[in-house]
Amino acid sequence: MGLQSCVNINKEWDIVGARQMGRDIAREIGFGTVDQARIATAISELARNIYLYAETGQICFEVIDNINQKGISMIAIDSGPGIRDISQVMEDGFSTSGGLGAGLPGVKRLMDDFDIKSEEGKGTEIRALKWVR
Amino acid sequence: MDGKFKKIVIDNSDTIVHMWLDEVDSLKDGNYTSSISDELFENTNREFVNVIFSSIQKQGASISLEEFSEKLINLGWPLSYITDGLQVFRRVTVDYILSQSDQVDSTYISNVLKSVDMWVEPIIRQLVNEYSGSWEHIVSLQRVALQELSAPLIPVMDSITVMPLIGTIDTERAKLIMENLLEGVIRHNAEVVLIDITGVPVVDTMVAHHIIQAAEAVRLIGSTCILVGIRPEIAQTIVNLGIDLGKFPTKSSLRKGFTAALEITNRKVVDLDGKEESIGRMLDSLNGE
Ligand SMILES: Nc1ncnc2c1ncn2[C@@H]1O[C@H](COP(=O)(O)OP(=O)(O)OP(=O)(O)O)[C@@H](O)[C@H]1O
Ligand SMILES: [Mg+2]
Repeated sequence: MGLQSCVNINKEWDIVGARQMGRDIAREIGFGTVDQARIATAISELARNIYLYAETGQICFEVIDNINQKGISMIAIDSGPGIRDISQVMEDGFSTSGGLGAGLPGVKRLMDDFDIKSEEGKGTEIRALKWVR
Repeated sequence: MDGKFKKIVIDNSDTIVHMWLDEVDSLKDGNYTSSISDELFENTNREFVNVIFSSIQKQGASISLEEFSEKLINLGWPLSYITDGLQVFRRVTVDYILSQSDQVDSTYISNVLKSVDMWVEPIIRQLVNEYSGSWEHIVSLQRVALQELSAPLIPVMDSITVMPLIGTIDTERAKLIMENLLEGVIRHNAEVVLIDITGVPVVDTMVAHHIIQAAEAVRLIGSTCILVGIRPEIAQTIVNLGIDLGKFPTKSSLRKGFTAALEITNRKVVDLDGKEESIGRMLDSLNGE
């Protein structure tokens, strides 16, 4: 496990900062252009959801360096309103903000591993991971 | 007391100005850019000290302060020139008044300091305010300039218009894109508008959503919107996100999009020499491929 680096999400342009940091880490550990774009897009989705629904939160990155594989893990944490029905928000097209509703199911497809925990009124924590191929 | 100090200073302004100029002159090396010529520096110093004296005589704010700070900004000099200069003035003046007095006790010193501070403070305040105000003005102008650049429309030929997008798209810019697109399509009477996203680093659901809405709006006013410049990695992430761009035309490059636009508007590029390749070359140079 490598060091954690975090970006606070408070305003819209923090999304760009988070994306930048994630992309830099991804490039450094050897992800190709397509995966870098996937990772940056996933970060954008998670960070924007924080900005839109929880107002503030954090995105943290960790480099995973095992004997046989390397990867990047990201955690998006907020203490916003939380999500009542997780299976509903994971459906393509479900949105409470008039969006495409493609963000969360999209992140799941963009990454190799995806895990979401949320409690109404407490907040949301989403982990996503991608391995270098 | 204050009146007495003021009289000393004004009666001996020549000496004080001289002392001030000497000290400020020695600040030049290392503090301010060497590109400032000696002549300009000396002239500005003289003007500065005149501004200070006229402000003290007139008791506070004056128009010359405003003009002077504006001049400094136009010259591009740092704010520290103002603060250093006034600091030196304060020191020189206090020294001078004290040197002209017979008995100097602590009350006297404190009175001198109080008086000089009272003269200098409004000048600092006004100059710094003017200075930062002008910067804010410049920043707001640049903001407008940046906004004008953020969603440009280029009417390349009759009925074909291109909107090249470069850089990150946030919600504010996304709205501007929509407005400019619709307004521009109507103003230029465009049948086809090409949105080029080659320079957009990340296309997430928000950006995609706005592009889809813009294209839909363009369709509603009777024109066609073609999305071009979709880099391979962007195409893959859009597919992964599960976004359906199938409803409106997309092309990988501006070149292909332009060819399609010509077809839609019933035109084609004809090479007068009849050599097919040179058409390709022309289109290549259009796209920078
Ligand atoms: N961090 C969060 N806190 C609370 N609710 C959330 C959070 N993230 C997502 N949601 C809820 O889940 C829904 C689905 O999110 P998702 O990102 O998939 O789509 P969206 O944000 O509505 O639209 P888009 O396609 O633009 O992302 C949201 O509409 C919102 O109600
Ligand atoms: Mg979302």
